[in-house]
Amino acid sequence: MVKKIGKYFYIGLVALFLYAPILVLIVLSFNSSRSRSKWGGFTLDWYKKLFQNQEIMQALYTTLIIAFLSALIATIIGTLASIGINNMKKVPRTIMIGITNIPMLNADIVTGLSLMILFVALKMNLGFQTVLISHITFNIPYVILSVMPRLRQTNRNTYEAALDLGASPIRAFFKVVMPDIRPGILSGFLLAFTMSLDDFIITHFTRGTVVNTLSTKIYGQIRKSISPEWYALSTLLFLSVLILLIIINRRNDKIQKERA
Amino acid sequence: MSNNLTKEPPQDEAVVTLIKPARKRISGKSLLSFPYTLWMGAFIIIPLIMIVYYGITADDGGFTLANIKLISEPIYQKALWLSLKLSFISTIICLLIAYPLALILKGMKLKSNSFIVLIMILPMWMNFMLRTIAWLNILERNGIINTVLKALNLPRINVINTPTAIVIGMVYNFLPFMILPIYNSLAKIDDDVINAARDLGANNLTTLRKIIFPLSLPGVISGITMVFVPSLTTFVISNVLGGSKINLIGNLIEQKFQQENNWNAGSGLSLVLMIFILISMTVIAKYDKEGDSTNVW
Amino acid sequence: MKKTKLMVSLILVSSLLFTACGTKDNSENNANSGASKDKGSVYVYNWGEYIDPDVITQFEKETGIEVIYNDFQTNEEMYPLIEKKAVQYDVVCPSDYMIQKMAEHDLLAEINYDNVPNIKNIDPVYLKKAEIFDPGNKYSVPYCWGTVGILYNKTMVDEPIDSWEAIFDEKYNDNILMMDSIRDAYMISLISLGYDQNTTDEAQIEEATEKLKKQHPLVQAYVVDQVRDKMINEEAALGVIYSGEAIYTQRENEDLVYVVPKEGSNVWIDGWVIPKNCQNKENAEAWINFMCREDIALKNFEYITYSTPNKAARELIEDEDIRNSTIAFPGDETLNRCKSFTYLGDEVDALYMNKWLEVKN
Repeated sequence: MVKKIGKYFYIGLVALFLYAPILVLIVLSFNSSRSRSKWGGFTLDWYKKLFQNQEIMQALYTTLIIAFLSALIATIIGTLASIGINNMKKVPRTIMIGITNIPMLNADIVTGLSLMILFVALKMNLGFQTVLISHITFNIPYVILSVMPRLRQTNRNTYEAALDLGASPIRAFFKVVMPDIRPGILSGFLLAFTMSLDDFIITHFTRGTVVNTLSTKIYGQIRKSISPEWYALSTLLFLSVLILLIIINRRNDKIQKERA
Repeated sequence: MSNNLTKEPPQDEAVVTLIKPARKRISGKSLLSFPYTLWMGAFIIIPLIMIVYYGITADDGGFTLANIKLISEPIYQKALWLSLKLSFISTIICLLIAYPLALILKGMKLKSNSFIVLIMILPMWMNFMLRTIAWLNILERNGIINTVLKALNLPRINVINTPTAIVIGMVYNFLPFMILPIYNSLAKIDDDVINAARDLGANNLTTLRKIIFPLSLPGVISGITMVFVPSLTTFVISNVLGGSKINLIGNLIEQKFQQENNWNAGSGLSLVLMIFILISMTVIAKYDKEGDSTNVW
Repeated sequence: MKKTKLMVSLILVSSLLFTACGTKDNSENNANSGASKDKGSVYVYNWGEYIDPDVITQFEKETGIEVIYNDFQTNEEMYPLIEKKAVQYDVVCPSDYMIQKMAEHDLLAEINYDNVPNIKNIDPVYLKKAEIFDPGNKYSVPYCWGTVGILYNKTMVDEPIDSWEAIFDEKYNDNILMMDSIRDAYMISLISLGYDQNTTDEAQIEEATEKLKKQHPLVQAYVVDQVRDKMINEEAALGVIYSGEAIYTQRENEDLVYVVPKEGSNVWIDGWVIPKNCQNKENAEAWINFMCREDIALKNFEYITYSTPNKAARELIEDEDIRNSTIAFPGDETLNRCKSFTYLGDEVDALYMNKWLEVKN
């Protein structure tokens, strides 16, 4: 019994460490005083101001658009690549997988800087397009990472059989292979989407100055002064992720119960 | 989200070679990776070549090792050493927090993607910058902790703008990346194996040492990578929580590029950083046979 | 698999929702700049918190030119972007010595004053001062000017501060906010040692470096724009600050006092320049002209509280205290103590940068 309490205590302690900062942001978002150390009374003003703040909204919009586009394009290129790589002979395959690992293992700062050097050398104006290209670049490996294992699990014979039965390769692919690897593609897309949302370093170096995502906007703001609108934004972001997870979790429970 | 918990796919290498399909079909499908090959060539390989080029040339384009040798100067050595030290400490702290937690979670015999596990990794989905600001608010001189201490008439603590603040920031930001792979690899361990060890007379500690820990090693290794490398190379956490007073190697590289406009020196230092990552990777790769535990979804 | 599907759709829906909001904002933006499309745009690169946002909106409305506005923190951070031509700005606002550096590196385009008739509002005194770094006023039009000094909280120090030595004083350990800008930091150290702030003498620079190194443990943080909030929130007792910020901080916290130390200090002028690789030179000139208009300069002054070289605007200031404020418009006894930076050449620049790195390590 004591042991059990001890265990829960430990979990609670870690949870406290993980959530105390988030809680602080949430509480501050309702503080009518701009100061962090004084409680000036409850207010929802910062939420109102948040939605009126064009700059934050624009940054949010840019963040989502870049995350969505880069994840989508990375998913297409990455899925095709996985199929291709999976059909390669051992040596080229090892090389390809090796290259795929580079952006994941390398330091973000080096990836970001090397891309910046390239863009400047190509005389490209740093901005939306360069950020998008960079995000696609670091996202593709995550897609491949998710799709490859699925692809290896698929049974090649069924695809061959489909071809033997007269299906065109494209049709055979969509009817036979696709259903098997779809979960991998979806999770690759989601992984890419989150990675893009959370990225700061690579965006920082490739954005020039014109484009801002949430991360770079906050970084710029930290060096001036953080207004409580940002706390309101954190609260909303946190709540949406939390709700999303609760819904998914409930749904899982249901599915599992039905199976049982 | 439970994909990460799926078993490692069977390696059907042998089967593949046995039923080798017609050559034509292979080459056709290999072509599908063409866009990717092109993309990676343009945006991974060429940029890397360029950074190497900048790293080994001087301002006028002539070959030099001066940029790389910069690291032997005291300022840079100190920054690199501090980066190594802080990221090492952060990694150890993360490991010490995460491993017992993962063990407890496994002991609770949760369903693979139970709510409690999700709760532990949920902060990962909060924006990285926002997570760091939160700590700024807590640790600042008139921040949350000191306000509470003042109300209790206790002396103020000075944590902000010290290496401690940076370590706290690193641990906080990267802890979920340690918890998840360790938990995943622990969850894969068959209970029968553990029970067998117990039946054979091993006590709890021996079971942990001889059975559980070795089996969870891939997760531990991948957790270490996912904490160590970003900590080693960060410049954001040190900037925000260190008050620009403490320079890590990442800060120096950033400054070389963004303030001093000296791309050659910046690239040279980047190369040094890459060498350090490469070294730690080879060490890690020796242990990491599985390598799929990085999949967080 | 189903759950993943659900998740995708959820994320998609939420992102589309956001997108919808975003696009709406965008279209409003465009509506603001109304009939503008053919007038094109102007890319502006300015210091952080250095303009009244209303002024930008007003410019867009009146001229129909769309403004893409970004900010930087230090001259040193701005320079590489312009030099490497990574972003094509039409109009930038660097300080004196940086204007000189950019001109010497052939990065600036000459301003066509036919398009800037409002130059008549600028006090000739400042145009003359600007000739020190920009002979003939070929490349720049003064925007704001000011001094560098110490802002201190009188409840947190023992005696009135009047010397740079205060920020090197161990008494104020961990209570000092130092300027995170190379030339400004060195200016302080050099002047307190009795040297010239534009020195190129290696021994003097070395000595100044040693002094700054000794100061490092006493410094709570190296900051630029953050100094404002930190001083208002009483995070530190002393901070090095640009004079323009002083009026603002005093409004928010009455205990703060600004002083230009007796040893002397730096007086700076920030001016609008047009990079050579700009795309809309005429729009840039329209922007500069707009900034020189008396009502606009006044509006900016009231918002950012940085001293304006605009004579016509100063006459329009209603609040007598502000119009005669010695912080905003220091008298000759202060200004006689102050000097401007000049560009010291690439080699000395690099020396300063290297030494500054040493200090901060």
